[in-house]
Amino acid sequence: MSDLWGRARVVRAVRRFFEQRDFLEVETPLMIPAPAPEPHLLPQPAGRWFLQTSPELCMKRLLARGHAKIFQICKCFRRQERGRRHVPEFTMLEWYRAGADYLALMDDCEQLLTAVAAELALPGENGHQVSLVLPWERLTVAEAFCRYAAMEVDEALRRDLFDQLLVEKIEPHLGVGRPTFLYDYPLELAALARPKPGQPEVAERFELYLGGVELANGFSELIDPVEQRRRFEADRRLIRAAGRRPPPMPEPFLAELDAMPQAAGIALGLDRLVMIMLGKENIDQVLAFPPETL
Amino acid sequence: MYTTSDLRKGLKIQLDGEPYIITDFEFSKPGKGQALYRCRLRNMITGNAFDRTYRSNDKFEPAALEERTMQFLYAQGDEYNFMDNKTFEQIVITKDLLGDDINFLIDNMEVDILLFKERAIGVTLPNFVNLTVTKADPWVKGDTSGSDSKPVTVETGYVLQVPPFINEGEKIQIDTRTGQYVTRVKE
Repeated sequence: MSDLWGRARVVRAVRRFFEQRDFLEVETPLMIPAPAPEPHLLPQPAGRWFLQTSPELCMKRLLARGHAKIFQICKCFRRQERGRRHVPEFTMLEWYRAGADYLALMDDCEQLLTAVAAELALPGENGHQVSLVLPWERLTVAEAFCRYAAMEVDEALRRDLFDQLLVEKIEPHLGVGRPTFLYDYPLELAALARPKPGQPEVAERFELYLGGVELANGFSELIDPVEQRRRFEADRRLIRAAGRRPPPMPEPFLAELDAMPQAAGIALGLDRLVMIMLGKENIDQVLAFPPETL
Repeated sequence: MYTTSDLRKGLKIQLDGEPYIITDFEFSKPGKGQALYRCRLRNMITGNAFDRTYRSNDKFEPAALEERTMQFLYAQGDEYNFMDNKTFEQIVITKDLLGDDINFLIDNMEVDILLFKERAIGVTLPNFVNLTVTKADPWVKGDTSGSDSKPVTVETGYVLQVPPFINEGEKIQIDTRTGQYVTRVKE
């Protein structure tokens, strides 16, 4: 039996958190003609368009139009993702702050989870036995590889072992006892994040882990349309090399990126947040209908 | 060929010429990263198990397994002889592979044999077998020892606990998965 009351309470607490901080709740289209080309995400076609893999591009266009603090709770779709912590249709919480960088988002995460936990005050249940008391651990990707994978990040990338070492050797140690921010990803894995000033080999990107579970991915946004187009083109080449047809270039997004202020944005898996808050081990336990039951 | 989207618990694949069964399976995908399919594999011949991680583009050969219903003919030393009733082909299975199953094998019994490249690697008995009790102490009416079971020996030599009212010469049903008494069989 899934805990739908618990889920509703978490969602309500999240909404209250952002409303109290004057974030504007927005809704952007789920069906879009051109998702960001991501080599490892398979978008679900919907007619000649796609269901979104994330609301990222549309939300950034809202930033470009002058909305400085926005959040959204919406469905995202990724084909062929199914596991204890994955469903092809899941709920994302995404928020953006103009004039901020990824450090501000880390602070948001600390306050958000603390607020949700306080509002839930579930008797006898404290999720994954993770204490939310500050300070949370902050660990760079380079430190994490040295400490847990016994291999330098560069070598792991060169030998195409980054993801495997991360999943097998590093993730089990992250967020144990207290949450961990894994931050400063190699620029090759920057996605839409900006390079770190003074340290251009890494991107200002972080992931939040609780109890070995990856919960959120945030970054200081790249607002350079030329560099963004170059990365999209490189990613579209990777998609082609993998034998798939890349989605069309998201031209309206690139056109508006020029007007986008410096900002930071983050995507948090809401189903996973509910799992953690309610102490569940399997994402199915927080869904009304796992896909296999439909 | 199987692809990674076919991977699941219980799937049987062939690696380096040997059959493996996936006993544990987990999909994981770090943020923005590659999909990883983590499998625990057990060698269906040796029983050895290990973990291996696969990626989206990996492909797998299905294990060349065949299941055939065969009849038990006779045992000679450690060798047990079975015959396919359709082709009359005979094969020999060693005592090691049969394990505890030898306690429940009687002549002419039909069993399912799992073959890998013509070689038997597993045997599945019927869930229940009826065996004759060959040795049992008589039940004394009004026994006050308070025990609700007694040991008996069946025709295969197997010894098990049964209710006190079972007598020598009777047939009993045994669950081959647990080796336990189920019921008395009236003929």
